[in-house]
Amino acid sequence: MKQFSNKYIFIFSAVMVIAVAALLSMAATLLQPAQERNLEIEKKKNMLESINVQVTKENTEELYDKYIKEGFVLNSKGEPVAGVDAFTVVLKNEQKKPPEEQYLPVFRAVPDDGEKVTIFPVEGKGLWGPIYGYVSLKSDMNTIYGTNFDHKGETPGLGAEINTTAFESQFLGKKLFDNDKFVSVQVIKGGAPEGDIHGVDAISGGTITSKGLQKMIFDCMEKYNSYLLKNRI
Amino acid sequence: MDKKEKEPVFSAKNLKLLTEPFGKNNPITVQVLGICSALAVTVKLKPAIVMALSVTIVTAVSNLVIAAMRKFIPDRIRIIVQLVVIATMVILVDQFLKAYVFDVSKQLSVFVGLIITNCILMGRLEAFAMANKPWPSFIDGIGNGAGYGLILVVVSFIRELFGSGTIYGYPVLEKLGLYKTGYENNGMVILPPMALILVGLIIWFQRSRDKSLVEKQ
Repeated sequence: MKQFSNKYIFIFSAVMVIAVAALLSMAATLLQPAQERNLEIEKKKNMLESINVQVTKENTEELYDKYIKEGFVLNSKGEPVAGVDAFTVVLKNEQKKPPEEQYLPVFRAVPDDGEKVTIFPVEGKGLWGPIYGYVSLKSDMNTIYGTNFDHKGETPGLGAEINTTAFESQFLGKKLFDNDKFVSVQVIKGGAPEGDIHGVDAISGGTITSKGLQKMIFDCMEKYNSYLLKNRI
Repeated sequence: MDKKEKEPVFSAKNLKLLTEPFGKNNPITVQVLGICSALAVTVKLKPAIVMALSVTIVTAVSNLVIAAMRKFIPDRIRIIVQLVVIATMVILVDQFLKAYVFDVSKQLSVFVGLIITNCILMGRLEAFAMANKPWPSFIDGIGNGAGYGLILVVVSFIRELFGSGTIYGYPVLEKLGLYKTGYENNGMVILPPMALILVGLIIWFQRSRDKSLVEKQ
């Protein structure tokens, strides 16, 4: 093997690092607009899927305008806050604030069956990273109309199963309240008993993700408690 | 280039590079590389195939790049150079996917890190690309990626079928009506240890068929 001088090694690594850095930062800057656009479409798509509307990448914008009627932001007391765009609120950043300063986004939608659905974004922690999604409630503010969950990096085939229809559809018709008490939905290891209106089956091999999901729904939905109680039928 | 040195694109030697990783020189069962990711992504068939394809592409291209610049890489910092090449490529590809093929990028999210740290990449760069010409290195990358993929697909097929009762997401056992007879999915199969046991069984099978793989006492 040919011997290289120290000078060569230093120059080689300097050139390599600068070239790679330039390449990567260029790629990141140039591709950013397209990436952000994809994220926006993804967000709308997830929201639509939580009201059980099947969408493709192409018709997402169109269907979003058709079904999602309005979006607004609440404070921790359940009162509307003016002048904030609900769509641009980043839940992860809000969760770092003290509870009384947090903005709580809410979206209203009317799917084809005419049900007045309210969509609530949720965000929490799985095993490896964040998990997030949308929970939509029927006009009684108690019965789940649909859900959509997604994750950043849960184990494929185990925790990552939370974004499958098989898992999400279990939530349909589950209730958040037991009379006036907020109980949320439990993700039960070993399977929820039949007819349990507050329980769904956990994912085998995905215990920590399942628990994280349960905590996510509880924590996020509890913040809307006063709003839900006020608007319940 | 000297005429005498020039060999056909798919000479017997090059073909061997392509086929050996499927048997005698399999990266998982013989070289024992890439075991970690073989445990992580073999619960279901689909992620296993995605992973196999990604690793094949990345191994082939980074083999090509390293082989092309092998004469300029100082020996003392070669591992760092190899890592930089792999990481740059994987991140670059991920950035492009995020911008133009978002769905694929979402599929790959968790694999990006796993690809960079896959020992097969470093192993092949160090063992092959540093000492060979670009084209054979490229073929070697494809061969090893595919050999890795073969094991992944076999293991994940068994794990998905017995662990979840499906094949590529299709509920085979449910359609066969097996659950009505009291059959239940085996929870043990979807946990990581089972992948190790299966890989062990494959190694056992391979060694019992091919005695030349067994070490002399």
